[in-house]
This record gives sequence, structure tokens and C-alpha cells, in this order.
Amino acid sequence: MNAPISSFPPGALADTTAARVAIAPACGRLSLRARGDLAPLEAALGLALPGRIGQRAQGGTVQGGAIQTMRLGPDEWILQAPEAEVAGILAACAALHASHPHSLVDVSGREVTLLVSGPRAAELLSIGCPRDIDSVAVGEGRRTLFDGATVVLWRDAPDAFRMDVWNSFVPHLADLLVTGCRELAAETV
Amino acid sequence: MLLIHCPYCDETLPEAEFTYAGEAHIARPADPSALSDEEWESYLFIRSNPRGPHHERWRHLHGCGRFFNAVRDTVSDRFLTTYPAGQPRAALPIKEAAE
Ligand SMILES: [Zn+2]
Repeated sequence: MNAPISSFPPGALADTTAARVAIAPACGRLSLRARGDLAPLEAALGLALPGRIGQRAQGGTVQGGAIQTMRLGPDEWILQAPEAEVAGILAACAALHASHPHSLVDVSGREVTLLVSGPRAAELLSIGCPRDIDSVAVGEGRRTLFDGATVVLWRDAPDAFRMDVWNSFVPHLADLLVTGCRELAAETV
Repeated sequence: MLLIHCPYCDETLPEAEFTYAGEAHIARPADPSALSDEEWESYLFIRSNPRGPHHERWRHLHGCGRFFNAVRDTVSDRFLTTYPAGQPRAALPIKEAAE
């Protein structure tokens, strides 16, 4: 398995009245590229692959509902699941290679998830994200940009986000979010 | 900041998510070795560089990742239309879509 690196232990980075920033526990991540008939893959994964870019779905045959997925592009999805399930997911789809060519790659060690939450979480994201944060509906997500680095943003609640960041950008983006968090909290309106 | 409509995401998004990728509808010659130096030079380097509507490629790099085509007016810097790669060259003139 493509093991997550150990230099970003999960835990809180900043906790202010404005927002909280934390590193999420490691999880399994898989990049899926496929086109054409998706039904056999959906059957193997135990979920319906979302049809619109930014839409999400949950499912999974292994431990019921443990896989989360988001459509990132016309033929691209990211899957997240407990690390222990990655091998099973890969095996379930490997049988389809001959009849339904696709690419399913374990990228668990590629990135780290930052958790951004709190009353001013959306405002905090606006310090690095040029997109209108409110164009991302609750329960959806997007791949976008944060201060120069590509990130995948998941909006779990109006004030709770997850941001998947490639390893080498994590120190910079985490520092920036922590600084922003403190600045928002220090503001006297 | 420019706002660009991605035909794959069907959203109008900030320019920072995109990268420019040169003039559109330039097909690579099927048999490069059959070309003269002048023809090869023309394929590699000679571009139309119009004053006005320009057919060009963009990529939604920090998004869906796809290349697509756009027509941008090089005088006003306005995007007149965008369309998926592989579609025929957008005919001119283009009536500008309402914002
Ligand atoms: Zn796009």
C-alpha cells in the first residue's frame, strides 16, 4: 500500500473563536479514471459514481458506506476509504480490467487532509481560494486552487470543510491557514 | 480578474484556476518527415496573432484538468465563447453571451 507519510501527525493546528484548523487522520485514497459504461465499476465498488463534477456519493461493499467519492473531472473520481479497505477495493475492480479498461491507483501517500471549521471557516478559505466558496454547496466539493496549490475541497457543512493537499504544499498551506485563523480572531469589528 | 466558463464543469470560474495553452485548431501534420523546413517551421512557430477574436486553447488546470477551446477578443480581453476540445472551430462573428 501507498503509505501516508508520518511527518504530518493528526491533531489541532489552531483553535480560535473564528475557526479551527487541524490535520485529519490518514485515510486510504484512490484515483479512478474511467469512461464509457460505469455500471460494472459501480457494482464492484458498491456505490453510484456521481454524474456531475463536484458531486459526491457514499457507498462501499466491504464495510457498508465506508467509501466516499467525488467526481473531479469528466472521467475522474477520487475515492476515500479506511486504509484497511484499499486492498479490497483494488482487488474488486482489478477483475474488470479486461472487460472495462480503467485506471484505479492507490494514492494514499500523496496527500494530507486539512480540516477547516468554525463560524468563519468559509471566510478563512477566501484568503487563498479565488473561487466563490458559496458556489460549493454543502455535501459537494470541488478541485480548486489555494494560494497556488491545487487542492480538493469537501464542504461537509456550511462551516465545515476538508481540504486535500499534496504533501509538499502542506507546511505552507497549514501555516497560511493558521495565520489567517489568528488574524480573523484578532479582528475587532 | 477574468472569469472563464469551463465547458466541462459548466461553471464560470476565476482565471487563476486556468492556464493558457496557445492557439487552437492547429493540427499536427500526419507525416512530419514529408514536410519541408518551411512547412515545419510554419506548423511549429507561425501563429495568426489576430487583433480581435482569437481561437485559443485553455486548460482548467486547477479544476477538472481538461483542455478546451475558447474565443477571446484580444482587444477587449473578453471571452466570447468556450467549447469542448474536439468540436469544430466556432464560427465568427460570435454574439457575446449575456453575463
Ligand atoms: Zn473544468
